[in-house]
Amino acid sequence: MEKHQTLIGVLAMQGAFAEHVKALEKAGARTRLVRTREDLAGLDGIVLPGGESTTMTMLMERVGLLEPLREAIEHGLATLATCAGMIVLARDVTDGMPEQHGLGVLDIGVRRNGYGRQVDSFEAPLDIDGLDGKTFPGVFIRAPLVERTGDVQVIASYDDHPVAVRQGRILALCFHPELSGDQRLHREFVRMAGMDGTQA
Amino acid sequence: MAERNDARSANGSVKGSFKVKAGLAQMLKGGVIMDVVTAEHARIAQDAGACAVMALERVPADIRKEGGVARMSDPDLIKSIMAAVTIPVMAKCRIGHFVEAQILEALGIDYIDESEVLTPADEENHIDKHPFKVPFVCGCRDLGEAARRISEGAAMIRTKGEAGTGNVVEAVRHARAVNAGIRKLQGMNHAELVREAKQIGAPVEVLAECQKLGRLPVVNFAAGGIATPADAALMMQLGVDGVFVGSGIFKSEDPLKRARAIVAATTFYDQPEKLAEVSAGLGEAMRGLEIPAIPKDELLAARGW
Repeated sequence: MEKHQTLIGVLAMQGAFAEHVKALEKAGARTRLVRTREDLAGLDGIVLPGGESTTMTMLMERVGLLEPLREAIEHGLATLATCAGMIVLARDVTDGMPEQHGLGVLDIGVRRNGYGRQVDSFEAPLDIDGLDGKTFPGVFIRAPLVERTGDVQVIASYDDHPVAVRQGRILALCFHPELSGDQRLHREFVRMAGMDGTQA
Repeated sequence: MAERNDARSANGSVKGSFKVKAGLAQMLKGGVIMDVVTAEHARIAQDAGACAVMALERVPADIRKEGGVARMSDPDLIKSIMAAVTIPVMAKCRIGHFVEAQILEALGIDYIDESEVLTPADEENHIDKHPFKVPFVCGCRDLGEAARRISEGAAMIRTKGEAGTGNVVEAVRHARAVNAGIRKLQGMNHAELVREAKQIGAPVEVLAECQKLGRLPVVNFAAGGIATPADAALMMQLGVDGVFVGSGIFKSEDPLKRARAIVAATTFYDQPEKLAEVSAGLGEAMRGLEIPAIPKDELLAARGW
């Protein structure tokens, strides 16, 4: 039920936000870079990109974006989080900085760099529930490891650990669809964001 | 791009591909990479919001002052810095010194900087970077130099600037040269592209990619002489993807404050009001050097080709 072209914000504190903008626009959305609380107004959805979770969290706190963003997501703003974005959303973070307080709205526990350092970064084909059967090219870069899941739906796993989870209007991934050249997850997210929050 | 080292495992996964090597650089974009010489410095950098640190024994300003052969840092120092922070840790090896690079890879470092700041080990050849699982960043002064490094397997580029000077003028020169080199390609047909490749000593395949994308095909940071938030924002407005700050932070009066300000300036690089706010009350910046005051044979940017 699209009333207008779906508007997706991309958090632009630090990280691979330009890649998400490109993928979202290919998937048919309008985009807006989000750097202040005012940028949140009127969004249908938001992407928390990959980058350094410590850097992003710190900058959001400094400019007063952390709390308004948490409120918006808690009130049903559709959210796609990749890699560092997933860490920022997670309730529990292991091996983070002691004072690292992210949004804490996604009921999972993650270990930062849980797959190892950069020399262990990898690509792997993934089976994702709800996609059309063909595998999805997973790009994992110093990826977080999901060690605990609470009230979320696991839609993909790799080596017995969840790598994609869904909780209401939140879709969180350990990997980087914005680097894969495959737009299926961005299209799915734009579709989800375009639906009224109460219907999701 | 050649990927000679792909070892596909039973579950179809592959490590160390060019995609994941260049991908880490994409995650660093919009961020500040800071030179640190101790674990304590590294923690300050992380607290200030650095997206990565460069582990070194001496910052470039001290290398310049003390002279002598500058080499890869002691593995113990690098390991202590890797243990101190959760953000990516980079380290430098000498130009052409592929064994220093092998050692850094064995330490599990996240990125290797094949750097003109150290004394070159080979005056003709840079490292063949394709066989490594660990990604490399290399310096450049213009498009030709950037394209040669990319062809050798660099997954990230930085403009060289003149390290250890606290003077941004060379960083600006090199960033503008790369931009001008790419602008020049627009509208060229293939024959003209081949001629340009010959002129600037660049592989034509890399130039064709630059022409198609209107930018370098890998992430490009600025380095060498950035000392203030305004310097960082200047480089960002010139189109680089992020900045390295070497001596500029820990040679200043209040490193934590300055580091935080440079991080904020790199994110809000196009908002002058924000830049005015973060530039205020930082204490003294590093003293800095005029480029003509440096003897020609002590200019670091001229190392490498």
